[in-house]
Amino acid sequence: MSVDTEISRQWTTRVRKGVVDYLPPDKMLPDTQPNYVASWIYVFGVTTLAAMIIVIGTGCILAIEGPLWWHHSTLGHFVNSMHLWSCEIFFFAMVVHLWGKYFMAAWRGKRAMTWITGVVVFVTSIATAFTGYVSQTNFDSQWISTQAKDGINSTGAGAFWNVLNLGQMLMWHIVLLPIVATLLVALHVVLVRHRGVVPPFDEAAIKAAKSGTAPKEVAS
Amino acid sequence: MDSLFGAIAAIINLNHPGTFIHWGWFQISVANLLVICLMILTFVVALFVPFPGRSKRRGGDK
Amino acid sequence: MSPSKKFRPDVDAPDWGGKYFPYDIVKEGTVALVVVLILVLGLSWLFSSPDDKQQTLQTWSQADPVDFATTAFTELNGTSGVAGYGAPYNNGGGEQSAYFLHLQKWMGVRIPVNTANDFVLYPLSTLANNPPVTNALHVWASASNAQQAAWMTAYGAGTIAYANGVVTNSATGTGPLPVMINGLTAMARQGALAAQIIQGNGFYSTDYTKPALFLADGTYLENLARAQNLGGDQWGMMNETGSWPGQPWLWAYTTLYQIPPYSTSWGGNADVAVWLTMMIATVILALLPFIPGLRSIPRWVKVYRLIWREHYKSLK
Repeated sequence: MSVDTEISRQWTTRVRKGVVDYLPPDKMLPDTQPNYVASWIYVFGVTTLAAMIIVIGTGCILAIEGPLWWHHSTLGHFVNSMHLWSCEIFFFAMVVHLWGKYFMAAWRGKRAMTWITGVVVFVTSIATAFTGYVSQTNFDSQWISTQAKDGINSTGAGAFWNVLNLGQMLMWHIVLLPIVATLLVALHVVLVRHRGVVPPFDEAAIKAAKSGTAPKEVAS
Repeated sequence: MDSLFGAIAAIINLNHPGTFIHWGWFQISVANLLVICLMILTFVVALFVPFPGRSKRRGGDK
Repeated sequence: MSPSKKFRPDVDAPDWGGKYFPYDIVKEGTVALVVVLILVLGLSWLFSSPDDKQQTLQTWSQADPVDFATTAFTELNGTSGVAGYGAPYNNGGGEQSAYFLHLQKWMGVRIPVNTANDFVLYPLSTLANNPPVTNALHVWASASNAQQAAWMTAYGAGTIAYANGVVTNSATGTGPLPVMINGLTAMARQGALAAQIIQGNGFYSTDYTKPALFLADGTYLENLARAQNLGGDQWGMMNETGSWPGQPWLWAYTTLYQIPPYSTSWGGNADVAVWLTMMIATVILALLPFIPGLRSIPRWVKVYRLIWREHYKSLK
């Protein structure tokens, strides 16, 4: 076997080629956008991402001193406030982003997985927020956990996911769910970059299809 | 550091029982209602406010 | 080239063959980060965040010793909410179900809680230098099941009161129960109870299941919550303590609890009914691209014409 053949057969080479083919640098970080990207509705995805970065950043600061720090430190309380408000902005922006994407029917043109990963991130974010709420170590977390246990127990999940177990909930909140959420967000963004932002409805084609004139060819 | 943040924390004190709006079986806190209204307003504003860069798009390349 | 397929306006989108313009996404991302950071700093400075102090078995028993004692008795005689809960805590039989789905029961008892032992008998047994309690426990343990049942029936028929640091019961024929319940209340009021309930594993613990269940079985915690509209039937799931915004993204979940049949005929199984409904709704949301009708609404309502108005104008 020649050296070139051997190299081309390597897993390393195949993975690198696969990745670069799927997402070449100028697709990963494009310097242009299609002319139809001309609305403020397009900024809510990146706003959600920005808020997520601040949620994680403030979470890291809270982790430095531990889960009880914010109760007895005014700096800690301020960082906790930042963590809460960045979370509120995160959900605010994500839902406006969802509304925008829905009304654009952004799943069109083989973008169904982008939509699906978005919904899964939404649900994962709710679970992440919930585990945060029950990790506050105050009255709110006591009430939320003792109430939520009924809902979660009723599905059978409570036998394995104990919302009254602070250790378990905190570790899901700071380790497992952020990892899952980050991976899903990365996948979501990669899919957007790979396919590009969904184009507008082609009203001429829609009209043609409706009136039964020659069906437009669609690349499969 | 603590005293610095202590001095500038919470200009508007929300640490009192909330106000709730009741409408039949429906009930919502003023704070939540404000957030939801802000979301809808933001969405509508985003739809209508012109997006910058119009001249760039007019002279755009293929 | 593959054979031409019929154009599906809600599914297909031909590749863009039109113009592009310069767009700096790294700059956009940086601006977004700075703007959100300023917003977060501003909101934190203006409004801070809530931190209502935690309640404990001590604060509960000090604020309302009668409620504590009453709850403690129900934990012993097996009539408390937790005692009758069922899986995952015990075989109390209170599991929820949805028609043929008995998910809660099927998962079994994986977080064992024996309310009589864990909340009452064991903690009392750890009391040192308390001969009346030690003696009462001995009398209790030596009695037959029938005798214990008779004492509990009598105690339950009486009225619990608290005066001069002592929990009393108006009934007679209650055996060692007044000493036991009073002993447990005194233990709680001194702050010595929680540790004994948590300390299943000895020194460390990060699991507060048992004291939390005990605390929530009384009315004290609930009364504090309801005073702030945090109760389930008060749309509490969406609310926060104080006047802060809560979780508006839980609106759908919260709404279901307020409306029939979730609030009426399905009441006893409301939790599993709501959860299954929301799971189905989430799956529908995720699979929207594949659902005819629902995926056509954007094309019908034409909000897109506002978003892409510059594009459609340029076509003319």
